[in-house]
Amino acid sequence: MTMFDVAIIGGGLAACSAALHLRLKGASVILLERGRCGAQASGVNYGGVRQQGRHEAELPLARRSREIWSRLETLIGSNCEFESTGHLKLARHDDDMVELQAYRDMAEGYGLHLDILGRDQLHKDYPFIAQSYAGASLCRQDGQANPRLVAPAFAYRARQLGAVIHEGCEVVGASRNSQGFELSVAGHDQPYRARRLINTAGAWGAKVAGWFGDRVDEQVMAPNMCVTEPIPPLIGPNLGVCGGSIYLRQSRNGSVIFGAGLGWADTDRLRARPCAQTTRQAAKAAIAMVPSLSSVLVIRTWTGIEGRMADGLPVVGPSPSTNGLIHAFGFSGHGFQLGPGVGAVLAELSLDGETPTPIEGLSFSRCHQGPSSASQS
Amino acid sequence: MLHADIVIIGAGPAGIAAAHTLAEAGKRPMVIDEARYAGGQIFRQAEPLIDELDQPHRYGLDGRRAKAFRRRLDNLTGKVTFRSDTLVWSIEQNKLQLVRGDRIEDVRFEQIVLATGAMDRILPFEGWTIPGVFSLGAAQIALKAQASLIGRKVVFVGTGPLLYLVAYQYLRSGADVIEVLDSNDPLSNVTALPDLGCGGLTFLKGLYYLAHLKVLGVSCRANAVPVRAEWQDERVGALVYRHKGREILVSCDAVASGYGLKPETQLADMLGLDFKFDGSSRQWLPAMDDDGRTSVDGVYLAGDGSLVRGSQVAELAGELAALSLLADQGMADPDRQTMVKRKIARANRFRNALDDRIFPFPHTLAAGLPDDVVVCRCENLDARTIRHTVHRFAEVDVNRVKAFCRLGMGRCQGRLCGSAAAEIIAASGECDISIVGRLRGQAPVKPVSLSVLAGGRL
Repeated sequence: MTMFDVAIIGGGLAACSAALHLRLKGASVILLERGRCGAQASGVNYGGVRQQGRHEAELPLARRSREIWSRLETLIGSNCEFESTGHLKLARHDDDMVELQAYRDMAEGYGLHLDILGRDQLHKDYPFIAQSYAGASLCRQDGQANPRLVAPAFAYRARQLGAVIHEGCEVVGASRNSQGFELSVAGHDQPYRARRLINTAGAWGAKVAGWFGDRVDEQVMAPNMCVTEPIPPLIGPNLGVCGGSIYLRQSRNGSVIFGAGLGWADTDRLRARPCAQTTRQAAKAAIAMVPSLSSVLVIRTWTGIEGRMADGLPVVGPSPSTNGLIHAFGFSGHGFQLGPGVGAVLAELSLDGETPTPIEGLSFSRCHQGPSSASQS
Repeated sequence: MLHADIVIIGAGPAGIAAAHTLAEAGKRPMVIDEARYAGGQIFRQAEPLIDELDQPHRYGLDGRRAKAFRRRLDNLTGKVTFRSDTLVWSIEQNKLQLVRGDRIEDVRFEQIVLATGAMDRILPFEGWTIPGVFSLGAAQIALKAQASLIGRKVVFVGTGPLLYLVAYQYLRSGADVIEVLDSNDPLSNVTALPDLGCGGLTFLKGLYYLAHLKVLGVSCRANAVPVRAEWQDERVGALVYRHKGREILVSCDAVASGYGLKPETQLADMLGLDFKFDGSSRQWLPAMDDDGRTSVDGVYLAGDGSLVRGSQVAELAGELAALSLLADQGMADPDRQTMVKRKIARANRFRNALDDRIFPFPHTLAAGLPDDVVVCRCENLDARTIRHTVHRFAEVDVNRVKAFCRLGMGRCQGRLCGSAAAEIIAASGECDISIVGRLRGQAPVKPVSLSVLAGGRL
């Protein structure tokens, strides 16, 4: 049986990007996905490519990822409808403005430039936004893309470059021995073998980590998304608000996509569905932000399963117990923008053992539950 | 929040028969329907002023059944709670979300009978989105609910019993029926006749519609398929169809088109019912047993919303679903259940022959639609784009094709284009139609404005 340089569990955006970047570095790679690449959170999320507002621990990774977003066309042969529409974060009151200014100063240190707009400027530049807001912070570099296209496009390109990608292939167990890793797959007698292992199992990441004694608490979330009929161009930048209750953008085809709150998720049955009550609250919040949306029709709601860590930040980094095992899961709603960059970092971590991108704040150990029982190898 | 022990979705023949049976047993179900008046599509009622107009042919030869239906409705007054003009926009386990006008409300329930009916199965052709081209169902709504015709000079194109019924209704209501073009050849399929005999009166009615049209000189062509609708001024002015290898142009001012019916299954989907593939109609349908029970306790199915078998079977199925619901509450009437099931089995033999052998969905036509024909009109996607997506991504799962090219993502959520798109995907991906799967049903069942969703107490 072939010994791959790297095996990847999961076929979300970070995983597909890792597969591609590993091939670009010449490593042999196998990716095993239970369902379809990009079918869960990577494919059904809001589609925001946002750096503004990211936690300081994530900012270097977000910056690295943004650089990859800007060259998708050359990297994977499609820009997946990525556009720098900008991201406008609204302040509810003057206290929020103070917070936005402090964030702006911090972000500047990471090379992320934000423009603070006062009340008059905001309402002059964006007259469709409700009058109640005290101002805003604009990140011109942020934008949006079509989430349905991105992970499959990374997978497509990785395959073209020789990555082995098996969809409909569920890893039911994995272990470490002296040569490397063995992965048992449902319906296969022979295990797959690899020298290094990347755990990008999303909402099931903690379960995979548990196979190696890396115990961590991972919750499940299903962001409740809504989309309207297409309307003439109105909105421009993606909209968010301090406090984070609602996010809203207009896509290239004219539909307005917005989300607020959570739907239902059933991780055992791999099912998630929107919640009517949440949809109603989201509609209310959307009108409060952009009043002219009131008469527009909602045509669909949806959701997908996403992992969430207690502190709302992903786990990206080496296993504390097992040599050659790298974790990247529990993206807590941040995985779309971060995904391409995470893949590049995972390729470096698994092949070089280090990455130039600072990710210490996302380490597994920060949320590790007690001592590990797994053997060190 | 409102509460009803039993809710029935749909006030057509199946829903009202279920309501009637439950009321007889002392239950007081809540009946919910999108229309202002009960009747479903077959017994659709107009506003009172229009309803009083003299329209003897509105219900074809089913005028007497329409009267009986209304008597049954009158008998239900005070025995059921009727919520008309009401859309069920979402459903979650034991909770319905309703919209009535600009008001929104929730209803908690214990048992539910889904009698959601069916809609036209559309076969796109060039120009099918031109104003003046209607579905057969829409042509009937104009007639029954508004006492209007879709045009003076109408071409009927499609297949199925409804094609001849609507043409007959239009002819008797004063329209000039230019042609009736059937993609099948109903009179040639003699092998199905023994089973057709089981249909008795229904079969005779069908023959009557066809004979009547022919006697009055209407050209009824078999094996005729639409090629394109053409503009004249602001609307359709002609239809070009193919018959015996020739393309023929007929001028008209309206076209009514429909290729059988497809069940409305969004609520069944949202409730998480198991679905199974029905090979003869080439559709995924909610699974149910012979008694109208589904894979979820307390959820029952009846009528064309589960399996298209026409209004007479729908009435029986509604009664049966109600009897099963009562039996599950310890109020079984096994003799009556047996009797109703026997009647359904007999009628089904006829309907199976009719729908599956005389009037099958012309799937090869759908599969072979020219590249330039718009299939998904909401997203303006032509057949070429769908085929290109299948090939480029080596993908035949309809939900993945949807994700990649926006198929079925617009206002109708694939209700119109789904059937034809599935055939195109299966043919270009060279797989069985069942592999393509079905577009997931997602709330809202039909579009709802943000202001309505945001209204009311949260």
